[in-house]
Amino acid sequence: MATHEGSGMFIRVEVGEPLASDAESAKRLAGICPVDIFAAAPEGVGIVDENLDECILCGLCLAVGPAGAVRIIKLYDNNAPLEA
Amino acid sequence: MRFYEYEAKAVLAKRGVPVARGGVAHSPDEAERIAREVGGEVVLKSQVLTGGRMKAGGVQFASTPEEARAHADAILRLEINGQSPRGVLVEAKSPVKKEFYAGVIYDAVAKLPVAIFSDMGGIDIEQVAEEHPEHVARAHFSTFQPFQEFRMKELVASLGVSGNELGALTRVMSKLAQTFLAHGLTLAEINPLAQLEDGSFIALDSHLDMEDEARDGQAALLAELGIGKEETRQARPPTPFEIRGAEVDASDHRGVAGRVVEFDGNLGCVIGAGGGSLTIFDALRKHGGRPANYCEIGGNPSVKKACGLTKLILSKPGVEKICVIMNVVSNTRVDIVARGVIKGVVESGYDPAEKIAIFRIPGSWEDEGFKILEKYGVDYCDRTVPMSEAARRAVEKVKAGA
Repeated sequence: MATHEGSGMFIRVEVGEPLASDAESAKRLAGICPVDIFAAAPEGVGIVDENLDECILCGLCLAVGPAGAVRIIKLYDNNAPLEA
Repeated sequence: MRFYEYEAKAVLAKRGVPVARGGVAHSPDEAERIAREVGGEVVLKSQVLTGGRMKAGGVQFASTPEEARAHADAILRLEINGQSPRGVLVEAKSPVKKEFYAGVIYDAVAKLPVAIFSDMGGIDIEQVAEEHPEHVARAHFSTFQPFQEFRMKELVASLGVSGNELGALTRVMSKLAQTFLAHGLTLAEINPLAQLEDGSFIALDSHLDMEDEARDGQAALLAELGIGKEETRQARPPTPFEIRGAEVDASDHRGVAGRVVEFDGNLGCVIGAGGGSLTIFDALRKHGGRPANYCEIGGNPSVKKACGLTKLILSKPGVEKICVIMNVVSNTRVDIVARGVIKGVVESGYDPAEKIAIFRIPGSWEDEGFKILEKYGVDYCDRTVPMSEAARRAVEKVKAGA
């Protein structure tokens, strides 16, 4: 399964298909993230690498799309995923 | 921020406090022109933000416009306590009969402004209070309730002033107090407040200090006086390190990670929260530490901002370690600050476990923060360890070179 992903020093974000290539979902993710980790690109979800470590673990992005479509990984916590 | 005398007098005059005729000159030609317009004897005063003008030769009297020009030329070239003058104030020399003192400061203990009046002006009020306390009267007033002029009347009358003098001095005190309230001042002082031979009163010298935080609210007044945002009016010009600190703070609207003041120590400080900066700074010094800087961090700054502040502090020559100490935080997140600081240390090329002497930020999201600190081997503590003890541990580590 293709993913759009990005890793910071503390946070890794993965967006799986079909969400990753869906322009409407990309807009929703870009609008919902309070620290601008997601961007709405023509080809789908873009990830703004420089903002990854600003993630405040709010979990709002996890509710966009089906369960597991967006994953927030805490690299400092044995790669524990953020729970919805 | 402090105002020059000519600015302070402009503010007071606008609110109805009498000041001498004259103006500020920036060249000998201008001084001569003002002296001619004023007519008669004039006094010329160097416009610097420091004391000791008279002793340094920054205050001169002139009987003619030509003499005023010559004095202005000398004063404008005269550096006082390392400061070059902004200009020279040229005012009519006033025939003084008696000198008083009028002041308003903020009483941090009572948490109210306090008006101070003395019938012994022209000398430091501290000296009068020490040597002649019976000549100093004080009265607090509210910042919330409407200003009541009778409080100033009681104040002036308490030193035995009566009749026309009482009315006139009450008006000056009231206008001074209202200026204090209207412009977010921390100090408003007229010394001396002179009674002239004709019985009228005039502000011969004045000193106003504005609370830094009031600057945005007083933008109209500052613009009117020609004071730009770049003019900080601090005790000394900011160092390049401090300017970079302000740039870090301004780089992101989230939270505060700035107000950096440079010192020559070896322990970098990332400190703050609810008065924590001053407390921690004092604790570090009490335990024999040599802080390399003062700063304030709080209000939940972004990772980038905490990272930028950390990198700035670590870039300062002589900084051996940093301590990260805050009061208990509520809106600031421990994990976000931990990420920022550790990122700053790593991007500066150091090992967080070695470079961070102590991390003591208890409060919001601390469990998540502690996971980050553990991952990078940083020595941390929770709220069971007082700020003073955390400061002591940091100082000991620097001393031990550990």
